[in-house]
Amino acid sequence: MNEMTPPKAERAEALKGLGTARKRVEDARFTQGKGNYVDDLKLPGMLFGDFVRSPYAHARVKSINADKAKAIPGVIAVLTADDLRPLNLHWMPTLAGDVQMVLADGKVLFQGQEVAFVVAEDRYIAADAVELVEVEYEELPVVVDPFKAQADDAPVLREDLAGKTEGAHGPRRHHNHIFTWEQGDKDATDAVLGSADVVAEEMVYYHRTHPCPLETCGCVASMDKVNGKLTVHGTFQAPHAVRTVASLISGIAEHNIRIISPDIGGGFGNKVGVYPGYICAIVASIVTGVPVKWVEDRMDNLMATAFARDYWMKGKIAATKDGKITGLWCHVTADHGAFDACADPTKFPAGFFNICTGSYDIPTAYLAVDGIYTNKAPGGVAYRCSFRVTEAAYFIERMIEVLAIELGMDAAELRAKNFIKKEQFPYQSALGWEYDSGDYHTAWDKALSAVGYTELRKEQAERVEAFKRGETRKLLGIGLCHFTEIVGAGPVKNCDILGLGMFDSCEIRIHPTGSAIARLGTISQGQGHATTFAQILASEIGISADDITIEEGDTDTAPYGLGTYGSRSTPVAGAATAMAGRKIRAKAQMIAAYLLEVHDNDVEWDIDRFMVKGAPERFKTMKEIAFASYNQAIPGLEPGLEAVSYYDPPNMTYPFGAYICVMEIDVDTGEHEIRQFYALDDCGTRINPMIIEGQVHGGATEGYAIAMGQELAYDDMGNVKTGTLMDFFIPTSWETPHYTTDHTVTPSPHHPIGAKGVGESPNVGSVPAFSNAVHDAFRPFGLKQAHMPHDHWRIWKIARDLGLHG
Amino acid sequence: MGKMHIKLTVNGKQEELLAEPRELLIHVLRERLGITGPHIGCETSHCGACTVDMDGKSVKSCTVFAAQANGANITTIEGLGNPDGLHVLQQMFKEHHGLQCGFCTPGMITRAWRLLQENPNPTEEDVRFGMAGNLCRCTGYQNIVKAILAAAAELNAAKEAAQ
Repeated sequence: MNEMTPPKAERAEALKGLGTARKRVEDARFTQGKGNYVDDLKLPGMLFGDFVRSPYAHARVKSINADKAKAIPGVIAVLTADDLRPLNLHWMPTLAGDVQMVLADGKVLFQGQEVAFVVAEDRYIAADAVELVEVEYEELPVVVDPFKAQADDAPVLREDLAGKTEGAHGPRRHHNHIFTWEQGDKDATDAVLGSADVVAEEMVYYHRTHPCPLETCGCVASMDKVNGKLTVHGTFQAPHAVRTVASLISGIAEHNIRIISPDIGGGFGNKVGVYPGYICAIVASIVTGVPVKWVEDRMDNLMATAFARDYWMKGKIAATKDGKITGLWCHVTADHGAFDACADPTKFPAGFFNICTGSYDIPTAYLAVDGIYTNKAPGGVAYRCSFRVTEAAYFIERMIEVLAIELGMDAAELRAKNFIKKEQFPYQSALGWEYDSGDYHTAWDKALSAVGYTELRKEQAERVEAFKRGETRKLLGIGLCHFTEIVGAGPVKNCDILGLGMFDSCEIRIHPTGSAIARLGTISQGQGHATTFAQILASEIGISADDITIEEGDTDTAPYGLGTYGSRSTPVAGAATAMAGRKIRAKAQMIAAYLLEVHDNDVEWDIDRFMVKGAPERFKTMKEIAFASYNQAIPGLEPGLEAVSYYDPPNMTYPFGAYICVMEIDVDTGEHEIRQFYALDDCGTRINPMIIEGQVHGGATEGYAIAMGQELAYDDMGNVKTGTLMDFFIPTSWETPHYTTDHTVTPSPHHPIGAKGVGESPNVGSVPAFSNAVHDAFRPFGLKQAHMPHDHWRIWKIARDLGLHG
Repeated sequence: MGKMHIKLTVNGKQEELLAEPRELLIHVLRERLGITGPHIGCETSHCGACTVDMDGKSVKSCTVFAAQANGANITTIEGLGNPDGLHVLQQMFKEHHGLQCGFCTPGMITRAWRLLQENPNPTEEDVRFGMAGNLCRCTGYQNIVKAILAAAAELNAAKEAAQ
């Protein structure tokens, strides 16, 4: 090696590529308050919009009188459905093939529904005007229970669908029925259940909750009447899809629409959907000719945009006497609220819930999901989850526990006995997925030994005895979970949203001096894309991550992509980044060979340069190659060094993990204390360990909230009972547990760098672990199933109902 | 509505303006003075994204009237650090990955800045308790706590070195 060439390890380290705990480039801005979120935007002449919302969950709208509101100085307009009707924008399509009212058209179907849109000079005047809009309602019977909604005499919610027996996903059998989705083999599953040694049966409810990012949803719509261009800055997790949808429903040509997602203050699925506020702000800007801002307040956010979960999951699981699972049956009653606005790939009305066979080799299975309308807000988004995977993981991880009780078996042993074995991958599941890779036994054994599982069980047994002797009032629960995720939607052949294939993209330009810019079709909401995508690229093209700018979120400059949700950024856009990088490298190889006056095949890649094979002192660094691409006329090659890749993944990726929660429960107060929380994740190749750890901490804390107290609760009248952060539980630093993270690495065989995605794993995996810990604490006293959230009151009730209060 | 004449000092700079009696401090800061570091997350004083320092106390500026801030000395995230670089807390938040989406961060750091003046040698428990008025949806707090403890250590070491 040339004396001038630093050693390989030193050069590799300088790149800050894959596997480096690189500090985030975003942070200098954010820590100084220099972020640029949508509500920070202030355009000249900008007006402010606010909604009149329905106080009722179901009512006819008899009249709307905005005269008093309009009389306030500074009020510019009050829009109602009648104003939107001529534009055909009083209803809008949902992501799930349904339609949704933009503004109340004759009736309201949930509390908080948008009735009128006030446009005023500032937010105070808008709020005053909202108070003065007089709406006359006639109350109608309310149904918030999806089972009662299916009664013959249940109120008809969606009068617009009268007589429609066919929905977007097949036949409708009742006026409040949306779809039935079936997977697997019903007859074979019935046969297995009928002849099994043991069948455990349970109803598992995953309650309604909300992603509740700290920044609410909002936008600034700005119609420039001079050049006919509409620009919308907004909290969009999928800016390109918003552009296409906006074009289709407004009739404005797509090239005249520019969607910009600025910094986003957390998304977690809440910012995937298209909401009435966006449509109203756009219309108001078109009408007034000036920019219009709409930003939700917290109550708007919790009441009206994008709830998550609300799945009633009835399960039956069959096994042999010695604990080999032979079959799984599941029926879900899915409460979708007033409009089916789930954010799922088109062909999957219940998302990827059919991953519900989990980490287990279950030969026979059947699943049916019935979507039902109720008088609740629409949504059904994937709250830090890849389309109903959280529900599926919770279901199977509860069913395993219930089966363990039925068999009188240790739940850790039952899991290990039924895991898909390493050599079975790629594994074809009974419900239709091909799991790409996994090594569950290794992860499981590592997790059990890390927490000292055997000793914990001993301690637990001693605690139960001490409790029975009256020496303690605290029980010990060991919550187990081994989850398998399915992320990275996904292959265009079966995944699309509104007809848009779910590929993603990356475009790279290398500058003459050897630095670069890469633009992607995704958008960070805190995941640190500007840091990690540069790392992927650094390893591929030998340019330091510090010299690569990552840009996302502006549809005028970024290549088309389907955005960031469902842990798809790394599996799909990360793959596109690597592939685009490889195109750069392929051209760089030809340039290097020309400069070194050898054949293309006579040079080889060496971290940050091409060198002549067998002659390492003869090389061209990427910096030199970049400059040459701009200043040399190379025969047969175009000038410049740029590449673009649109990546259509051949399969999903299947991250997995083993989570264990050790919890102390006070039987008399219902309070809990998390003594230990261990999270082992296998997300394949690890791009930035620091960011992975941060994702796990954050996702597990969201899971902690959901399992232990967070709930979007309604009363029988359809009133939202948890509409502020006073009532809607978000853990503080005080109650949030401490996490221990760990990992194994099983690279994805089909992903260019073997990465699988991690953002959602901790939400998927932690909820069953927390919930199973509560159940496990009471298992010796006969508890089989108690619905989440396990707040103090509900835990206290479990103890009371089991007769533990003496 | 009649407007009030309000004078306040924000990050060392004298400001004078007319505000409605009902106008909130967060709106005055963000919309009139262009100080957009403090954010609005809940409007009910639960989340702390709007935290600023007012006369030596952390306050949630979404539930303080601008009129109440008349004559007050306000420090926001923009007032920490200096043109030459980040404040130690800002550095430590970066170093220990104490932020993700960044929305809670200005309030979080502004609160931590006051906390470390109230208690320069906090335990982990002190930090967790003292920061409980500021919500974060991304980090799970573990790295925020780590960053604040690291900043405390660094500030104390600097103080010792100076003595």
